[in-house]
Amino acid sequence: MAETIKLMQGNEACTMGALAAGLQFYAGYPITPSTEIAEMCSEELPKGGGKFIQMEDEIGSIAACIGASLTGKKSMTATSGPGFSLMQECIGYASLCEIPVVIVNCQRMGPSTGMPTSPAQGDVMQARWGTHGDHSVIVLAPGNVKECFELTFKAFELSEKYRVPTFVLTDEVIGHMREKVVMPDPKSYKMPQRAQPSTPAGYKPFEADPDGGVPLMAPFGKGYRWHCTGLFHDETGGPTGKPAKADALLRRLDRKITKNIDEFTDYFAEGLEGCDVAVVSFGSSAMAALSAVRRARKEGKRVGMLRLKTLWPFPDAAVRKLTASAKKIIVPEMNLGQVALEVERVVHGSAEVVKLGKVNGELFHPDEVYAALKEAF
Amino acid sequence: MAEFLDYFRKERLPHIWCPGCGHGTVTGALVRAIDRLGLDKNNIVLVSGIGCSSRAVGYLDFDTLHTAHGRALAFATGIKHASPNLKVIVMTGDGDCTAIGGNHFIHAARRNIDITTIVMNNSIYGMTSGQYSPTTPHGMLATTAPYGNVEYDFDVCGLAKAAGASYVARATSYHVTLLIDLIEKALQNKGFSVVEALTQCPTYFGRKNKLGGAVETLNWIKDRTVNVKAAAALSPDKLEGKLLIGELYSGQRPEYTASYGEMTAKVQRTYNDYKGGNRGCELNSD
Repeated sequence: MAETIKLMQGNEACTMGALAAGLQFYAGYPITPSTEIAEMCSEELPKGGGKFIQMEDEIGSIAACIGASLTGKKSMTATSGPGFSLMQECIGYASLCEIPVVIVNCQRMGPSTGMPTSPAQGDVMQARWGTHGDHSVIVLAPGNVKECFELTFKAFELSEKYRVPTFVLTDEVIGHMREKVVMPDPKSYKMPQRAQPSTPAGYKPFEADPDGGVPLMAPFGKGYRWHCTGLFHDETGGPTGKPAKADALLRRLDRKITKNIDEFTDYFAEGLEGCDVAVVSFGSSAMAALSAVRRARKEGKRVGMLRLKTLWPFPDAAVRKLTASAKKIIVPEMNLGQVALEVERVVHGSAEVVKLGKVNGELFHPDEVYAALKEAF
Repeated sequence: MAEFLDYFRKERLPHIWCPGCGHGTVTGALVRAIDRLGLDKNNIVLVSGIGCSSRAVGYLDFDTLHTAHGRALAFATGIKHASPNLKVIVMTGDGDCTAIGGNHFIHAARRNIDITTIVMNNSIYGMTSGQYSPTTPHGMLATTAPYGNVEYDFDVCGLAKAAGASYVARATSYHVTLLIDLIEKALQNKGFSVVEALTQCPTYFGRKNKLGGAVETLNWIKDRTVNVKAAAALSPDKLEGKLLIGELYSGQRPEYTASYGEMTAKVQRTYNDYKGGNRGCELNSD
């Protein structure tokens, strides 16, 4: 089987990406605009012997996914704002216990029930900081349907490799938009594999290089008989209240992500070389932004576009590079400036950051970004 | 019987429970039931939530999962559904199971998923030092019920049965022989099984209610119960305020993972030429 061309929506592409990565378990709860993912998984998974379950709520969904992952199965759930809020406690559990799990959050207007189901990008900070305590996660943000496939696949690679909850942050527009996607030859996929120990003898479930190492994960039911707890634990898995052990654990969890940041960092760049003004955006906002940038460039303006495909850990280096020439950075996003805050942190006053936030439940029109660009010059 | 302590992670002992606590008795009963059945240690997963009772799993030498408050059954559902060959046992408390985890409890029962749930019911939140729980009897004292509990308690077994559990039983940490027998039967049931074990919390329930020490609190529990067989011969006034112990319900209903497996087999027959990407049945052998 070679490449195939398909017309599909973003949610469908997320599902296809997950299946291509070897998805074996899906637990979810219906919520617009993510529900197509659950529907498709319920239909597709049994065909390959995988498991689907509709849980009683989103807390149960993420908990079931973590349970399945502990038996060695690649697991995913999908949701939207209110459901993502409910999942936060168990996201912290997966982060502390280093259990791979992928969550697609197809964002909608919030807070609360909000304006169902208009698009928004208001969960950027929640995706990073939603659960209590310092913790590690990876967040990817597709900017089109094809990337929904690619980045969901990649989310499994990263989640399995680094034993970390990994999120695919889409929005209602990306999730429901239909585009032509050239699907790669399935034979070309290198399916993500979780590193496993070879013998139960002497197995310590959380033993790893203190400098950001990733411990080997034994599946339940294979004779390792290990203990997994949401309490701070030492390398044996047993709970600990020792300050030095707690400190070492949290720092290792942080370090295993930050030290590998180059591997996660992905973005789309156009016309950034020598630009006077840069536009930084992501997801569906970036579609309108790119259109405006190209129009301004046709008019001879030195404008560049940086579209973030990795939101967390935040691609500091890529954003910092903008200040080599850009004096202004415009950040269109469907929230009140969440990514703009990070851009401000990174550029640290060396360029003016213009927050172009939109929170009326409507997608950006290229004219809006274009107007901001005109004003910038 | 194998050495009793062989089922424990000896290096994790001593446990955190107070002197006179009943949770150790229930944990011992579970281990004895597992031993009697000769279950393979490597094939058992113990799952718990948060609370005094949920700390039990950390002391036991199986694959053990100490989860978030109230979520043990949801994690366990994922484990059992993903890997139906595993024997999944949940150890939980009255607050963990019927308050914060109540939703998962009734839905696990409704699905009749093959999980054995041991509810250690001491009628109090012990870990947080004595607040009233959904099983604190009306009028009893707790730190958040200083004038006596205004609310009325759940019948945990009645709830489980009504929600669809296929095996339901109750014993106490006083009636240990009965408790072991019931857990043994629960472990053999192919479906959602609930064994409620009434246990004493002398520290926060007994003392607050001026019941005396551990022995008196245990006797107070004993005196609240009547064996279900003896109850058949008793008049209703003799049963007033009593909790029945023994096997309360045993019935056959389709079990969730078996039903899902049947559906999967049917789907695969229909799509036997299915070539969905490169994921194959071999990935999901169980």
